[in-house]
Amino acid sequence: MQVPAPIEYERATSVDHAIGLLERLGEEARLIAGGHSLLPMMKLRLANPEYLVDINDLHDELSYVRVGPTEVRIGAMTRHRELLESDELAAVCPIFRDAERVIADPPVRNRGTLGGALCQADPSEDLSSVCTTLDASCVIRGTGGERLVSMDDFHVGPYETVVGHAEMLIEVRIPVRPRGSSAYAKVDRRAGDWAVTAAGAAIWLDDHDAIADARVGLAAVGPNTTGIPEVSEALRGRRPSEEAWELAGSIAAAQCRPVTDSRGSADYKRHLAGELTRRTLRTAWERASAEGAA
Amino acid sequence: MEITLTVNGEQVTRDVEARLLLVHFLRDELGLTGTHWGCDTSNCGTCVVLYDDEPVKSCTVLAAMAAGHDVRTVEDLEYDGVLDPVQQGFMECHGLQCGFCTSGMLMSARALLDRDPDPDEHTIREAISGQICRCTGYASIVRSIQWAAAHPEGKQ
Repeated sequence: MQVPAPIEYERATSVDHAIGLLERLGEEARLIAGGHSLLPMMKLRLANPEYLVDINDLHDELSYVRVGPTEVRIGAMTRHRELLESDELAAVCPIFRDAERVIADPPVRNRGTLGGALCQADPSEDLSSVCTTLDASCVIRGTGGERLVSMDDFHVGPYETVVGHAEMLIEVRIPVRPRGSSAYAKVDRRAGDWAVTAAGAAIWLDDHDAIADARVGLAAVGPNTTGIPEVSEALRGRRPSEEAWELAGSIAAAQCRPVTDSRGSADYKRHLAGELTRRTLRTAWERASAEGAA
Repeated sequence: MEITLTVNGEQVTRDVEARLLLVHFLRDELGLTGTHWGCDTSNCGTCVVLYDDEPVKSCTVLAAMAAGHDVRTVEDLEYDGVLDPVQQGFMECHGLQCGFCTSGMLMSARALLDRDPDPDEHTIREAISGQICRCTGYASIVRSIQWAAAHPEGKQ
């Protein structure tokens, strides 16, 4: 029987209340949102917080998808299911719906949140790859105010982020650029499992239908989500083509750092990194082209 | 700590440890053993209950977190001696053998049909994709839910 160690439990009624509680209770306090990463870790005694600050009552305040002309803002308490079902989000960032379809299962998606997923910083976690692909930034609030941190800087190691003990991730911001689209693909061993390897890709076209910019974010092939800036450099200015996707795939396969584990060998994951990079770039380009034609 | 929540339409108040999981609260504090306790790791889905009308895995929710919320378990499906159509469907179409996964399957099926009274097969399979059955191969569970969708008033 897996049971967490004894804890004290508090409910936050606002973001500032939550941050105040964290500050007062000290380093042994943890926020709990959906709980689908933290509670399993507490059951295994891999996490042993003395205090839990439940932020589920902040759902009304921190659950939203706001699509603006240059930016999408998503509240940190937005649940997986809400991300999956948001037509507004799917229209501008289809990568979210691609990913959410293959994240866990419906009961888990009813609880888990965007902010919780990013803060867990699991190297195999899908939304970190999505946000890396989209060049997202994270809004972190503390007692001294807010700071904005890019996804590249957000993760500092496996299961480790820059969010300090009396701070809270409250929002994710995604830049919106013209003539762009995105896609996600994952290989897993069975429905709802963690990725063996997964890839996100985003592409933006210029006025001559060449690639203005492209980004790739890989999951489960390194100590953190793996952005591949070399792919962006190689693709900028190129014509979209099978040769371009082939090149990007070979760069992604060469740059990632998978390890052999129960989900697959390093060689197999490297193969997947290349193949999924090709597939997602192709899909993202097809979607971006279709939008231009519409 | 003292918590108050609604379980199967009735308000209940208990003094519990903050670390108590909802599945154990339902089974051990309230005696509602229809909700099964399986893998303990939010994989198997036999502990699925409805939480504010949506399926959740009750092994991965603290009872304290459920305070102020509405929880519905398999015991609440039958009303006045009449089985819910999803329960009837599982009888009609042999939706269970050992029965261990059944209560979770029934609750996910109920939530699905409440949202989508006429789901296609893919939608049904997606709705139960977080739940494991080792007996039926799922085909008869899918047929059971299809039976319930076709008989919203149950067997006449």
